[in-house]
Amino acid sequence: MNFDDTPQEAAFRAEAKAWIAANAPKQYEDELSKASLGRVQLKGANIREVAKAWQKKKADAGWACLHWPKDYGGRGSSPIERVIWQQEEGAFGRLSAMFIIGHGMCGPTMMAFAGEEQKRSYLPPLASGEKIWCQLFSEPAGGSDVAGLRTRAEKNGDEWIINGQKIWTSGAHYSDYGILLTRTDPNVPKHKGLTMFFLDMKSPGVEVRPIKQASGASDFNEVYFTDVRIPDAQRLGNVNDGWNVSLTTLMNERMSIGAGVSTGFPELFDFCNSLMLEDGPAIENRAVRSKLANWAVKASGLKYTSMRAISALSKGDRPGPENSIGKLVAGSMIQDVAMYALDLQGAAGALNGIEDAEAAGKFQAMLLRAPGTRVEGGTDEIMRNIIAERVLGLPGDIRVDKDVPFNKIPTKGRN
Amino acid sequence: MNFDFSDEQKQMRDEARKFLSEKCPPKAVREVLDGKAAYDKALWKGLAEMGFLGVAIPEQFGGAGAGHLELCVIAEEMGRALAPVPFSSTVYLAAEAILIAGSDAQKQKWLPKIASGEAIGTLALFEGKGNPSPKAIKLAANGGVLNGVKKPVPDGAIADFAVVAARTGSSGRESDISLFIVDLKSGGVDVKPLTNIDLTRGQAEITFKDAKAEPLGAAGEGWGVITQVLDRAAVLMAFEQVGGADRALEMGRDYALDRIAFGRPIGSFQAVKHMLADMYVSATLARSNCYYGAWALSTNAGELPEAAAAARISATQAFQHCAKNNIQVHGGMGFTWEFDCHMYYRRANAVALGLGSLSYWEDALIDRMRKKNAA
Repeated sequence: MNFDDTPQEAAFRAEAKAWIAANAPKQYEDELSKASLGRVQLKGANIREVAKAWQKKKADAGWACLHWPKDYGGRGSSPIERVIWQQEEGAFGRLSAMFIIGHGMCGPTMMAFAGEEQKRSYLPPLASGEKIWCQLFSEPAGGSDVAGLRTRAEKNGDEWIINGQKIWTSGAHYSDYGILLTRTDPNVPKHKGLTMFFLDMKSPGVEVRPIKQASGASDFNEVYFTDVRIPDAQRLGNVNDGWNVSLTTLMNERMSIGAGVSTGFPELFDFCNSLMLEDGPAIENRAVRSKLANWAVKASGLKYTSMRAISALSKGDRPGPENSIGKLVAGSMIQDVAMYALDLQGAAGALNGIEDAEAAGKFQAMLLRAPGTRVEGGTDEIMRNIIAERVLGLPGDIRVDKDVPFNKIPTKGRN
Repeated sequence: MNFDFSDEQKQMRDEARKFLSEKCPPKAVREVLDGKAAYDKALWKGLAEMGFLGVAIPEQFGGAGAGHLELCVIAEEMGRALAPVPFSSTVYLAAEAILIAGSDAQKQKWLPKIASGEAIGTLALFEGKGNPSPKAIKLAANGGVLNGVKKPVPDGAIADFAVVAARTGSSGRESDISLFIVDLKSGGVDVKPLTNIDLTRGQAEITFKDAKAEPLGAAGEGWGVITQVLDRAAVLMAFEQVGGADRALEMGRDYALDRIAFGRPIGSFQAVKHMLADMYVSATLARSNCYYGAWALSTNAGELPEAAAAARISATQAFQHCAKNNIQVHGGMGFTWEFDCHMYYRRANAVALGLGSLSYWEDALIDRMRKKNAA
């Protein structure tokens, strides 16, 4: 048992480290390192431009989408090399946020279902960040129950006509392309009448409207489709086989291995180390220490769970299901941590101005962002179902709509 | 990176699991639970023959000379099987204290006997309520004899010898504490078994009245040794706890698959699924913290104090969580004597206290993290 690289891994790490040292945008390192959940911004620079420039630079030197084949803009690296890259990229990896959906979900789906020419033409600019992709699955009537989606695609000659609405689409407002899951047959049970496409987000009839979130920020959008035309050549997979195609997308959802999930613990520990309470330093208060210790072991538990997964990758094994716990644990933990950090400040904890708030408003930002973390990419409840069913082997829930034609499923009048 | 046990170590775990599933089924644990025996003597003998008692004891002292990683995988299986034997007292506490502080002669005298199963040992630390603290130690050592009372002493009623923490000074500092080895079969030692929540593992009160004692390690250095022993034992016990947590989770899962209510397996209800998913989460976090503890223990790393505290807290929580919710999943049947659930519940809650309770380790963890931060 050790934390050492194999000789090949060490050589790869040294090469990555040297390239990053020579090429990374060092001037932003400090700001990126200090950014926590809810606020990644750069003073005096447009983060989107900085991110695109960094991605392009990486792609030109062969450091983008490392695990993708070289023909499609990648490096053909092993999974462990990808993890090592992420470790070495460190805070600069936060610049990749806007590419995650494209690289993690759209790219792999294209790779599995697009034609060879399409792959050669669309994937390299996706890898290099020149083109940004989004994923159009969720709808007002289909969140956790994605297969309940209602956006229609109707065949018209060599084209499909799309009408409907998507929601929670990250980055739709700056995306060039998207993968789109639609209903092509409402007369069969819901999973059996879906079809997947990719489309140009600049197509006529596509309208993107930002959602103002509960936190006040806008990271997501609603996307409306009014008679949008997509050529049949941009269909991914067979007609009415879209559910299986979407499973490929979801299974490729970026593994958090190596990147580490935010728990808020390091921030809270630092805060308590400097905070004075009425009766002395917070860190010497029995109640504070007990809370801290409980969160400390969750944070370290996640850290070493991820080390175990990396070790499995290093041996060429597939990581086990234990990695599925990361988002579930970190999501509610960061919320609890934020609430406690505010609690320690008493009435002043409610202040949210950068000037007035302790720790520059970091915990207030966490508090307001955290509810979204527990919902996006699978709610806490869906994550528990996944663990229960796929890891522990418990039976799926009874689904009353499973064998019912989609258009016969009761909707309570909402369509 | 290879943050995992080796294939050989995993093979040893499989061997231990196979051995314990044959020699230590729930029926055997119940012999002790029901008071028919103080511990499972046949199992103890078998563990010695398998080489498990001396797995981390060097060959020159009669052990297998493997190491602490091997001991960790065996500990996990002991916890999973709820083995009703004085393994933790003898191997994690007494043997480790002697390995850390013993003279060559003491090692020669006791370690081979531990490895062969001839001698059961323990650590006599506590004197009534409270967590490990040099201030709590009143038992006095003077002129080679001990006077005072220790309670609770794990496996004290069946132990052949004890490492005893005694007061040898009155400065109010840690250097007032020294360690001694006492042959519990000798004069001046009175042992009284105590009832405790885990009926499969004994506790005792031991009264020392001018009992002859041999110093273990240098005078005044006892507390430092105890701290080291507790850190090592915390990691090893955490593996037992993770083994127990995993087994309790499996029992709950199996029952949820088997039990039908309202026309369907109860494991298809989200309330039950989510409870089991949360048990899996805490068992997984604990296991990962334990692996870090094992790494620190086996390499004698400077991180051991922090890693041990984290493993201890995480594993204590996981075992308690899994044991109590295993009963919940079982419903009324889980609350019967007949079902095994309560044996895990009892063990989970007893071992949560034995090396110092959660609040003690929480405090220790934060102290140790601060020290690291300051360094």
